[in-house]
Amino acid sequence: MDLVNLFFQQLINGLSLGSLYALIAVGYTVVYGIVQLINFAHGEIFMIGAFGAYATWMVLGQPSDWSAPLSILVLLPVMIIGGIVASVAVALLTERWAYRPLRNAPRLAPLITAIGVSVFLQEFVRLFYGYIPGFPDAKSAIAFPSVPGISGATIQVGGVLIQMSAVFTLAALVVCWVFLWYYVNRTKTGRAMIATSQDPDTARLMGINVDKVIMAAFAVGAGLAAIAGVAHGLRYGNIDFKMGFLAGLKAFTAAVLGGIGNINGAVVGGLVLGVVESLAATYLGASAWKDVWAFVLLILVLVFRPQGLLGAKVVDRA
Amino acid sequence: MGVTIEEAMKSVDSSGRDVLLDARNVTMQFGGLRAVNDVSLQVHSGEIVGLIGPNGAGKTTFFNCLTGLYKPTSGTVYFAGEPLPPQPRLVVRTGMARTFQNIRLFHNMTALENVMVGMYCRTKTNALDAVFRLPRHRHEEVASTERARELLAFVGLTGTENQLSRNLPYGDQRRLEIARALATDPKLLLLDEPTAGMNPQETRQAEELIFRIRDLGLAVLVIEHDMRFIFNLCDRVACLVRGEVLVEGVGDVVQNDPRVIEAYIGSPQTTPYEQPGPDSGKGASDA
Repeated sequence: MDLVNLFFQQLINGLSLGSLYALIAVGYTVVYGIVQLINFAHGEIFMIGAFGAYATWMVLGQPSDWSAPLSILVLLPVMIIGGIVASVAVALLTERWAYRPLRNAPRLAPLITAIGVSVFLQEFVRLFYGYIPGFPDAKSAIAFPSVPGISGATIQVGGVLIQMSAVFTLAALVVCWVFLWYYVNRTKTGRAMIATSQDPDTARLMGINVDKVIMAAFAVGAGLAAIAGVAHGLRYGNIDFKMGFLAGLKAFTAAVLGGIGNINGAVVGGLVLGVVESLAATYLGASAWKDVWAFVLLILVLVFRPQGLLGAKVVDRA
Repeated sequence: MGVTIEEAMKSVDSSGRDVLLDARNVTMQFGGLRAVNDVSLQVHSGEIVGLIGPNGAGKTTFFNCLTGLYKPTSGTVYFAGEPLPPQPRLVVRTGMARTFQNIRLFHNMTALENVMVGMYCRTKTNALDAVFRLPRHRHEEVASTERARELLAFVGLTGTENQLSRNLPYGDQRRLEIARALATDPKLLLLDEPTAGMNPQETRQAEELIFRIRDLGLAVLVIEHDMRFIFNLCDRVACLVRGEVLVEGVGDVVQNDPRVIEAYIGSPQTTPYEQPGPDSGKGASDA
């Protein structure tokens, strides 16, 4: 019985970790599907989302004595919106000033620029976050605000203990996935996105504003990354300026795993990666090895199924 | 092909119809190659104009200059009296739509979605309306879907709405491209070889479709190699050779012009066995 419980416990852990990866991975995949750019700064957009949520909490006056329902229904959504605003603004700025001038350059140029943007954003937060009056210095980890009712709270299902932060992450993924499906398949901007990913020149000749579509792709990815940033803060209890590096790398792995450019692929890839990491840490040696298994999985998929689990190079049916 | 300024400035010509498209002295140079050289061409509203010429004459390049895909090295294109805006998407808004020599549909979208993409520039809802599902967005989606179905029916593709465009037969793909172009609500439709690869029956259907488009009040500028098709269809024909307009006029005049015949099948004096002309033999087989 304990073995069964252990398995389900690890499965839930894996799914919630995987949801985190999936939320970030969608940003890699949507942007890649439309401009064929691996936006290596996307991990930092995720980090900025967490810091934006933190800043919102500071602006609200660091409320820590709110009741659980009030925190979940008001405080958390406001923090998420703050994080989304920060992430989307930074993502659009990088698109406008770093990537757009290189739209027609050889593909290596925007790729290297993305790495530069990533380093710039990390260092910017590290050096300047503490200059905002009353804000803590970001040179080391900052404790993420605890949201009563979610931080540290758990629910018991059978013999399995589920953290509320895991429930929040999974729910966020489900909501975002439904939203994305609707957005891509049932709105004209979504149709314009699919069209642009398939043939940008023809899309232009059909009257589509390709610049706007590209901005929409960056914005959608950044919004989901910000939600992931908040989820990460709630899960681990602290945030730091370099949290985007490993999370971004894992999410990129998830996107490639599922088939880069494919939204469903990013979600499935993220969940698979999370579950594999979690189960491997339990059953295949020490947890220090979990990254090894994650990247072994990536290598295996690239060798035997290079197009990814779900395939496709374009933003396809979400 | 000199059009004097005074003539060109008139928006109504001798035939009494509006000048819709007015390309003046358009030149497109790629490095040392002058693909389009000083071409002037007018299209009046409600008129079907043909553009013929041997392969490599610059017909498609001229189309690309018209739709903003290329910026002409010199010369200006006026549409409905205004100089064309510099970006393809703005050109579409002014009322010019095109199809392509090699079909360029959005292959992983359904026929209906392809047509709806064409409506993008004519709809008004923005991302926020869509996110919050405001009534405006819902109404517009319903109206767009309805209009897209009508257009598919107009080109004869009823029943294919939900098929991926890559799965449609070749002739249907060509007609879907026309429906998508019509969805942008154009005043002038540019068709680049609409019957390439079609059998005689499909060609006749295409002919009939273009007449029906003209009857909707649209002007059509069509590139084609099928001479019977062109001379059946067009009110006027311009023959482009090596980037220049050789002859322009009504069908009979162009058809019987010795220079056009020479451009296609070579001059009668040279026997191909002794002195193969630059591209005389090739031109004949393509025609």
